[in-house]
This record gives sequence, C-alpha cells and structure tokens, in this order.
Amino acid sequence: MVTVNFTQALKRFYPQLQTLKISARNVSELIVEVEKKYPGIGDYLVDDQKSLRKHVNIFVDGVLIKDRTQLTDTLTSDSEVYIMQALSGG
Amino acid sequence: MQKNYLLIGTRKGLVVYKNTTNGWSFQSLHFKGIPVSLSYVDDRTTTWWACLDHGHWGVKLHRSTDLGQNWEEIAAPKYPEGEEIKEGIPASTKYLWAMTHAGNDKPGQLWLGTIPGGLFFSNDNGDSFDHNRSLWDQPSRKEHWFGGGFDHPGIDSIIVDPRDSDHIFVGISCGGVFESTDAGKSWQVRNKGLIASFLPDPHAEFGHDPHMLVACRSNPDYLWQQNHCGIFKSEDGAKTWHDVSQKDGPANFGFAISVNDENPEQAWVIPAVSDEIRVAINESLVVCRTDDGGKSWNEFRTGLPQQNCFDIVYRHGLDTAENYVAFGTTTGNLFLSDDFGESWNCLNNFLPMVHSVTFAHS
Repeated sequence: MVTVNFTQALKRFYPQLQTLKISARNVSELIVEVEKKYPGIGDYLVDDQKSLRKHVNIFVDGVLIKDRTQLTDTLTSDSEVYIMQALSGG
Repeated sequence: MQKNYLLIGTRKGLVVYKNTTNGWSFQSLHFKGIPVSLSYVDDRTTTWWACLDHGHWGVKLHRSTDLGQNWEEIAAPKYPEGEEIKEGIPASTKYLWAMTHAGNDKPGQLWLGTIPGGLFFSNDNGDSFDHNRSLWDQPSRKEHWFGGGFDHPGIDSIIVDPRDSDHIFVGISCGGVFESTDAGKSWQVRNKGLIASFLPDPHAEFGHDPHMLVACRSNPDYLWQQNHCGIFKSEDGAKTWHDVSQKDGPANFGFAISVNDENPEQAWVIPAVSDEIRVAINESLVVCRTDDGGKSWNEFRTGLPQQNCFDIVYRHGLDTAENYVAFGTTTGNLFLSDDFGESWNCLNNFLPMVHSVTFAHS
C-alpha cells in the first residue's frame, strides 16, 4: 500500500485529514483515491485540467514528481508520498 | 430597504462592517489570511458570496445564507476538459472576478465571470455551473482578447437588465463589451466609440479594456465604464460610447466606477495616475463625481488624505447605496461618505489591500 502524507496546511480545510494507506499505480490514480477519502480535496491539489496546481508539490520516495501535467510518475506498492505546499505566500 | 452591511474583500480575508445606532463599525472577519477576490450579495435572497483566491489551493467559492454566521464551500466553476486559453495553454479557472444574479424572474440562477475569460451560469444557486459556450467560442477570443494586469483576459463585469433578464452585458479586460439579448445564447461586440490607445488601431473592434462596466438600475440604457483609456458613457444600451473623461482634470484613468441607481447622469470615479505608475494623483486622494452625465466633474477631497498618499482603488473597490458611498484602497484604507461622496470618514487605516467593497441589507 502507498502511504500518503499531507501538509498540515490542508488540515484547515479538512480537519479530519490524516495519513492514508491506498492502492495506486501512479500519481494520477493517487489523486483519485485521495478524493474518494476526502471529497473535494482533489480541487485543492489539481486544476480544471487535472494538472498539479502551481504551488503544490508532490514528493514520491523523497523525489519531486517530474510530470506535473499528466501525473504519470509511477508508484510502487510501498511508496511513501508527501503532498506539500510550495514555499510561497506573503 | 436600507443597506446596513459593508462586505470588504481583502487580500487577507473578508471583513464585515455594520451600521448601527452608533455608526459603522467592524463586525466580523471571515477566511482570515485568504485573499478574497470578490464579495457579492444576492439581494433576492440576502445570500452572501465570497470568491477566494488561495495562493496554493486554487480559487474557491463560498456562500452564506445567514449573514456570515456560517459559510459553505461549493465547487468553483471549472473549464471543460481540453479547453484552451490560447493554442497550447490549458484553460483553468484562475480568478473569480464578477458575479450577479440572473434576474428577479429567475430565482436561483447566477452568472459568474472568471479569468481567463470564461462566463459561467448556475441554475441551482451555485451548486453547479455551466460554461457559456457562445461567449467562449467567439472568434475574437483567441486572437484579440488578452490579459491586462493579469496573464489572461477576464470578465470583470456582468450586467443583467432589470427590465429583461435575457439582456446581458459583460465587460472583458481586455476584449471589450459584449451584449446578449437571448440569455447568453449569442453575443455581439459593443465597443463602438471606445478608444484603445495601447493597440495599433485605437478604434479596433476588439481588445478594449473596460476596467469596470456599470448600468443605471432605473435606466439601464445608460451605461458607464471606467476604461483603461478614460471614462466612457453610453445612452443607447452600449450601441455607441462617448468619451466623458475630464480634459483638464483628474477624472481620466482609474479602475472603479459607480452610477446612481435612480439618476443615470450621476456617477463616481476615483482617479489614479495612468498607467505604468498607478498611484494617487499628486500623492493625494480625490473622488470625482459628475451630476450631468460627464459634462463636468466635481472633485471631493474633504476627509481624504491630501499628502504622502499612494492609494488607488481597484475596480470592485467602490460601491454606492442611496446617499452612502464607500471605497477601499490598495493600501488598506476604508472610507465612507453619507453625503453622496462629498465628504469622507475613514473607517479603517489598517486593512490589507482591498479588492472589493459591497453594500448589503440585512
């Protein structure tokens, strides 16, 4: 199972948010599974065309994903994923 | 009905002021820390709307049916899969920039304008939105619409004719004014008489920059716009526009404009230095009002800062309600007048940058 960790910043909008164990072969499938657990959260992560939002970062096993448009970066059954916000604001 | 709330959309949340027997005072703060691009009040139902622009998480839409005590997030409008702003640039909702109800005879129906130029319609009070194909498919869009201040074009104004809710105007920055007489099924460009000095042909059919478009509620054939290139008025339902900018005074460049609901000849603007600099003129703040349809402009400065001032007012940052006029500035000052804009009181010096100001009744 893939482990999905979330930035604390998302807890403001999803107070029940906690680390998930899900089945997914790539990042696109991961977003679909996360959306099933927390309806609406997908819109916080990807835009209308399902591309990763500009100021959201996803790390798979410590590496920033390469395909932010189609989200094709692959996952293994024991991948650890972090969904983070970019260091921007002010 | 007296409007006794002020909703102020700021860069760090929605601020609400209330008018009581002791005057106007701060009442509440909502969405602390989150940019509010626009606040809107549906006066048919007293529903409050807040359009949010999260830096990280995209645009969001919230509504409240109990004067802000509780808010509900609803799905923001989305562009259909595969749509493009320009060739190779995917379309996605970047900013919620204009909102209005669809008419008193159309309960629950709403229009919403966005950057990058898409218009959306809701039949169910915002539970879902449909993309208006006809405007999006205008042949002029990909060739002649473009961003002004933002990366992409946007709909900053939507007007529904109170006499005929199928009759609609939109203002697109940059694109110009478009009119529909069949509830958005088809659109005609209405830029005749406008000037776009930033185009090779200033009288081009498309590409104009109406910063803000308003119509007089009691006489909707009178439309006004604070354009990038001056102040323009139409008396014939936008068929022709006439430049009513002040030739030897400050009333020229700016963003915000408002027209009296009952008097189509009375309008307010808050001028700024055009256009690369965008600061207050002579480091002082002035409100200009015309009472004669733009033939002349009066300058009102009482109660406004007249030195060391950098404030300008964004397009949705000015609103009027009977004798009240209110505006909020880019440096977080909030001003209110109860005498049609002739003298001013500062309600707050310490707000974040103000994006929108909206009067509401309880």
